[in-house]
Amino acid sequence: MKNNISWRAVVIVATIVLCVFGIIGVPKSGAELKQNFSKNIRLGLDLKGGTHLVMQVQVQDAVKADAEQTADRLKEDLRKQAITYGGMDVNEVSRVEDANKVAISIKGIPSTQSSSFRSLVSERYPTYILTAQNSTDYTMQLKPTDLLDLESDTVKRAIDTIGNRIDELGLAEKSVQPYGQSSSTFQILIQLPGVDDPARAKELIGTAAVLEICDVKDGPYASREEGLAKHGGILPLGTKLARAKPRGSGDVEQWYLLGKTPVVNGAEMRNARAGQDEFRKWETSFTLSQDGGRRFGRYTEANIGNRLAVVLDNQIVSVATIQARIEDSGRITGLGSEDEAVDLSRYLRSGSLPARVITNEERSIGPSLGADSIHQGIVAGIAGLLAVIVAMLVYYKRAGVNAVLALILNTVVLLAAVSYFHAVLTLPGIAGIILTIGMAVDSNVLIFERIREELRGGKSVIAAVDAGFGKAWWTIVDTHVTTVVSCAFLFLFGEGPVRGFAVTLVIGLVANVFTAVFVSRTIFDYELAGRRQLQELSI
Amino acid sequence: MELFKNTNFDFLGKKWPFIIASLVLTVAGFGSIILQGGIKFGIDFKGGTLMTVKFDDKPNLEKIRSAVNARIQGENTVQDFTDPAAKNEVEIGTEMKNETQLNINRRALEEILLNNFGQPNNGKLDFNNASQQSLVERLRDPLARAGVAMSDQQLQAVAKAMMDYRDTPPRSGLIHDFADLSSLPGVNAGIMNTLKQECYLAPYHILKTEMVGPKVGAELRNKAVYATLYALAGMLVYIAFRFEWIYGLGAVIAVFHDTLITIGLFSIFHEEISMTVIAALLTLVGYSMNDTIVIFDRIRENIKIMRREPLESLMNKSINQTLSRTIMTSGLTFLTVIALFLFGGPVLHGFSFALVCGIIVGTYSSVFIACPIVLFWHNYSDRRRKVAPVMASAPRADAPRKSPSKAAK
Repeated sequence: MKNNISWRAVVIVATIVLCVFGIIGVPKSGAELKQNFSKNIRLGLDLKGGTHLVMQVQVQDAVKADAEQTADRLKEDLRKQAITYGGMDVNEVSRVEDANKVAISIKGIPSTQSSSFRSLVSERYPTYILTAQNSTDYTMQLKPTDLLDLESDTVKRAIDTIGNRIDELGLAEKSVQPYGQSSSTFQILIQLPGVDDPARAKELIGTAAVLEICDVKDGPYASREEGLAKHGGILPLGTKLARAKPRGSGDVEQWYLLGKTPVVNGAEMRNARAGQDEFRKWETSFTLSQDGGRRFGRYTEANIGNRLAVVLDNQIVSVATIQARIEDSGRITGLGSEDEAVDLSRYLRSGSLPARVITNEERSIGPSLGADSIHQGIVAGIAGLLAVIVAMLVYYKRAGVNAVLALILNTVVLLAAVSYFHAVLTLPGIAGIILTIGMAVDSNVLIFERIREELRGGKSVIAAVDAGFGKAWWTIVDTHVTTVVSCAFLFLFGEGPVRGFAVTLVIGLVANVFTAVFVSRTIFDYELAGRRQLQELSI
Repeated sequence: MELFKNTNFDFLGKKWPFIIASLVLTVAGFGSIILQGGIKFGIDFKGGTLMTVKFDDKPNLEKIRSAVNARIQGENTVQDFTDPAAKNEVEIGTEMKNETQLNINRRALEEILLNNFGQPNNGKLDFNNASQQSLVERLRDPLARAGVAMSDQQLQAVAKAMMDYRDTPPRSGLIHDFADLSSLPGVNAGIMNTLKQECYLAPYHILKTEMVGPKVGAELRNKAVYATLYALAGMLVYIAFRFEWIYGLGAVIAVFHDTLITIGLFSIFHEEISMTVIAALLTLVGYSMNDTIVIFDRIRENIKIMRREPLESLMNKSINQTLSRTIMTSGLTFLTVIALFLFGGPVLHGFSFALVCGIIVGTYSSVFIACPIVLFWHNYSDRRRKVAPVMASAPRADAPRKSPSKAAK
């Protein structure tokens, strides 16, 4: 019996140590304790303030762009193979739900050429399905699987792009992720803790054309002042000064004089990839839209030997010298490292959103409101908890201490779980905690009332404690399992806040079984151990 | 101390007044919902713009209302809070027919506030509604011109200190005098002068802006409703498996009854159903279910001990035996919730209101709704069995045959 108790005590102490460590770490001072606590127990936007955005990616834009490019290529192919056609166009689609209705319609293919037309399409455009409308007219649509791929890729790219754009804001805790059933609603959730200026954040997120490729007129200079001084204090017409993005902390400032109108902007950037050239030097290759490619071709031809700067958000991320005429696909070579090439390709891609995004939901909670609600919530929570503790102690006397210990331990385990799982505490999460505390109180009350009943029935103290725990056990199992079952459904079918509620509640219930049954029982056993003749129990 | 020792109340004998009261409450709630043209959803579920503004002094609601109505079409609401913690706060809500209005309405509301309460034409920055970044940008050049030497980091730090000071209670976003800032770390006379030149203090502060597009709102609402219904079905199956199917049905009907009455009470008291209220409703579902199962559990246990006892008196005994626990648990939980309701502030208001209603209704529904349903069914099936001669001798008390033997531990 004694051994058994010390073994259980070890488990309990180890759990407490682990939990306390999870919540506050190993603080060396009061300030550090506070700091660790707020770092580990992360509060949701509704409690601490910040901006929450749900945006919908207009995937039909990307589907349409793909169809238009395909139509352009097809025109070229038809010309090469001398197949005549009357007209070709892509229909307008404005709603996300209609992305699958985007189609290229080709009119007036002579019936004599229909078989060569069909084989051309099936050979060169495997992602498209060709449907004949009548003997001369056809429509082409993306295959359903390719459509899904394109859509999910568009959402992923939008998430990447927006994530990169927000990185530029210098936020440590931002989160950009798919929201809801993103495969059918194409929504993304953006959370910006502490941002109280949603207009600015949205401006940055929504702007597609912040990536520019500009011609370098002069530079580098060591500072803005030096650049200004070189030109007598006034910049030449149509130019601007931009700073190169520092690569490390010790990097010297570099400023360049750039042409104000970009040669190519981010909306025309189609893709970019990091790779190695034949000498295994790192490079970044990129593709431009047809329109952009044409303009870039003319410009690069006339400016061989001049420099170009890739500018993101008015910061130069790369400067390269034009070596040859570049049309719709080019390479930036001679990069220092793989990191540099990958970064550059990310910047190039991030400049353009693959499709428009529209805001479906926006919430900005001012930090003062957050501070107020935390303050009031804490006051209310402490008041409630104190009332419960006092009532338990008055009503159950010595045994009430057990319950209070179990209750406090329950809260500690719950907070530790929040910290270890990197969960975020939101208002619905707190609802879950309140229900947990309610059920924790209930478990204790159930057990104590049962022990009292058994004592009234004339059982000895030890037998009554034993029977009380034993009989209450199955009630506790039933109530807890029922709630866990309901949480599983809430988690599976619910969204955002409902899920947060379910997760906290399940954690709390598991903690509760541990504290109310295991810990409380151990304390009872410890008190009763070696006192077989005990006549009275303070309960 | 013990309050309810060996009580012997005839709960089930008094079930009718309570069942009727429940029906009346439900009908009243439904009536109120119909009279008000449907459930009053918050913007989480119906879409719209909601702005909470804190004013320096008691705000003139009529002035705000007419300004909003003049600028924005549709059904607009302007209301203040009864909660003393939300003194001088006003909530302005507008409808939203489609997603494109999202930004238009917010900007319109901001302009209305600026034009009516701020100083729109003096060219200064409103410190009470500025963000750290806009403050830094506003001050940087004037500070340089005034010859106050400081690095960008220093300026950011000072701006952050000012914002933090402004946003912590009791200021809560509003300061009345720039002089309050002069004692903050890093603030000197030069900064104060520039600040006074470049900024002014509007007598209001926007605490919160929420905008939900109608499509998202409808989606959130459906998701929440379906998740709850599936959860109820899941609980029904589990209880049916552990007890008997009628117990599961009784428990789920009782919980459903609690939810309906609470939603009805929300309508009667003109409270809105928001996402946090849904969290509270889920909490009360969990709470009420817990309460019901405790009583059912005792009934199951007693059925095994008192085989000859008629079900009604057996249920009464079980309810009486668990009464002390029911009162203790409900009372203690009620204490927590009341604390939340009284001190929790406006953000938690709807949430704690739902819990206050829910705990009262949830406690009595276990006794007066869930138990009678099980009793009615057993009485009904007994009568049918008596008619059928083959089954006539089947002893009633053996009914929960499915009770697993391990429960007898």
